[in-house]
Amino acid sequence: MTSHQPAEIGDLAAMQRIRSFEEKTRELSLARQIIGSVHLSIGQEAIPVGACAVLQPQDAVFATYRGHGWALARGVPLAPSFAELLGRSTGLNGGRGGSPYFSAPQYGFFGENSIVGAGAPIAVGAALAARYDGSGRVAVVSFGDGATNQGAMHEAMNFAAAFSLPVVFVCENNTYSELTPIAEMVGEPELWRRAAGYGMPGSRIDGNSVTTVRDAMAAAVDRARAGEGPSFIEAMTERLVGHYIGDVEHYRPAGEVASAWQREPIGRLERELVAQGVTEAVCRAAVQQAADEVERAVAEALAAPLASAEDVKEHLYA
Amino acid sequence: MPETVKLRFGEAVNAALRRAMETWPEALLYGEDVAKPGGVFGVTRRLRNDFGERVFDTPISESAIIGSAVGAAMMGRRPIVEIMWIDFTLVGIDQVINQAANVRYVSNGALSAPLTIRTQQGATPGSCAQHSQSLEALFAHVPGLRVCLPSTPQDAYDLLLSAVACDDPTLVIEARGLYAGEREEVVIGGPIAPVGGSRHRQHGSDLTMVTWGATARTAAQAAQALAAEGISTDLIETVWLNPFDTDAVLSSVERTGRLLVVHEANVTGGFGAEVIARVAESGVALRAAPGRLGLPDLRVPAAPHLSAAVLPTADRITDAARRIVAGTPVFCR
Repeated sequence: MTSHQPAEIGDLAAMQRIRSFEEKTRELSLARQIIGSVHLSIGQEAIPVGACAVLQPQDAVFATYRGHGWALARGVPLAPSFAELLGRSTGLNGGRGGSPYFSAPQYGFFGENSIVGAGAPIAVGAALAARYDGSGRVAVVSFGDGATNQGAMHEAMNFAAAFSLPVVFVCENNTYSELTPIAEMVGEPELWRRAAGYGMPGSRIDGNSVTTVRDAMAAAVDRARAGEGPSFIEAMTERLVGHYIGDVEHYRPAGEVASAWQREPIGRLERELVAQGVTEAVCRAAVQQAADEVERAVAEALAAPLASAEDVKEHLYA
Repeated sequence: MPETVKLRFGEAVNAALRRAMETWPEALLYGEDVAKPGGVFGVTRRLRNDFGERVFDTPISESAIIGSAVGAAMMGRRPIVEIMWIDFTLVGIDQVINQAANVRYVSNGALSAPLTIRTQQGATPGSCAQHSQSLEALFAHVPGLRVCLPSTPQDAYDLLLSAVACDDPTLVIEARGLYAGEREEVVIGGPIAPVGGSRHRQHGSDLTMVTWGATARTAAQAAQALAAEGISTDLIETVWLNPFDTDAVLSSVERTGRLLVVHEANVTGGFGAEVIARVAESGVALRAAPGRLGLPDLRVPAAPHLSAAVLPTADRITDAARRIVAGTPVFCR
């Protein structure tokens, strides 16, 4: 071990934790232990890790159905997350949510959402509440590039800007709106430029650099907390896997994914750390430790009984 | 202390909003034109003056209005939002059905969205097809969502407070045609009832009439006219569609053996079909085929004489009731 370990070692472990969680999830899904559609964020880990690094406990995060990484980056434990995917009694949401509806308010994670763009107005409401409750809360909502074409997004961004609400809109631009290139579906492919139209700052950043994400988020969160209103961050990234597990990605040009693997955030951060003098052994240890943690968590989840159907009708009403 | 005052329907809504804002410091009131203008129907007048920033105007953005209410409610606020016309709830319906109604169940009870959506519906003379729909069945279909339709000033006051007190997302559908109706005595400041229940408006033995919302008053007029010709009507106003007071309907039908459901919504897939289905499933023996009277499956025409030609009027209700009592099936489509 070197005596000097930069903070980014923690980022490396946090990203690997998400990567390992999702790789294991894919394995369990292909083995038909996890049933139903699952959307992985492999390759996009730097965005939630960088973003959540600057948040405080009272802040509220809203994500999309590709949101496991956001939950984990917020500190949601691995074992109940696996248990939710596996329909176990110990699942985050008792098996009622499943992959696209993780929520854990005690960790400041207010949920994934499987309606594209729908989380934005809800996040705006969380920010609105902060005006009255004195919490100093900032609301962060992540969404894909495709979501920017939903009406709800437009309403939410205008609403937040009109009232200077503390919201950070984080667009994870992986260049595909489900199976279709975003560039074919917009007149202005630089999505960040839309922010000006709402009267909020916008920026396009390298979303595969965890430090770049953290710096951009820090500025946006500081601004929000100071009462200066919302910001829009377009974080450019690449999805290394399909839209869903089983997506054969026939729509992606040959070599695109292989090329993207050269730029993915975990290997990239390792190379940067090594260049700064951190030994490869230290990096590998951080990665291995995160992977081991995932193995222990999945074993714990698999050992739990299935969620009981006896109370399946409960929790619909107060 | 409870007191009795004379209020129009719209004034009773205002009084309920005032009490809600006083009772729950976490309550917020917002929507299009509700604050400084006091609402297009004047229902929210003076509340901005008295409650300041807790009452505010919004952009014309139904998705953001309802969605932000979901988010604010998840954070401990108790938002009461107005959607000016129920037709406009469709602009933000994702936030009602996919979001608000979903929060508690998928989070296994860890989160809830105690918001109230106030809106109004019903055809009034000259109102156009996009400002006349009766959409209660659409919302009553959705698990997780509470739905009520007051038709008297007292219920406008009471049901709204029950809705705001409730920790579930609740839709309160007011009747536009009643806002500026006669002043009636309203007890304000009394206990706030939990959601649910119905109103037994008239006792009778020949026929059970079930109704709600905009047709409740018309049905009451019809029931009086029927009494004059010797048909005794048991009139039940089911002010809550969720939770629905099935027991009140069944115990009435057990006594009368006849059922007519009256609503202003289109007949096909309307909530009247649900009421008849529940009675059929119960096995209660009927003496005649049940009937439902609503708007035939039409868009509402704008010209007053055209809409009057198809909406459930007191005459049409009495005619349908007579047919059921005579054992002649009622086909309203």
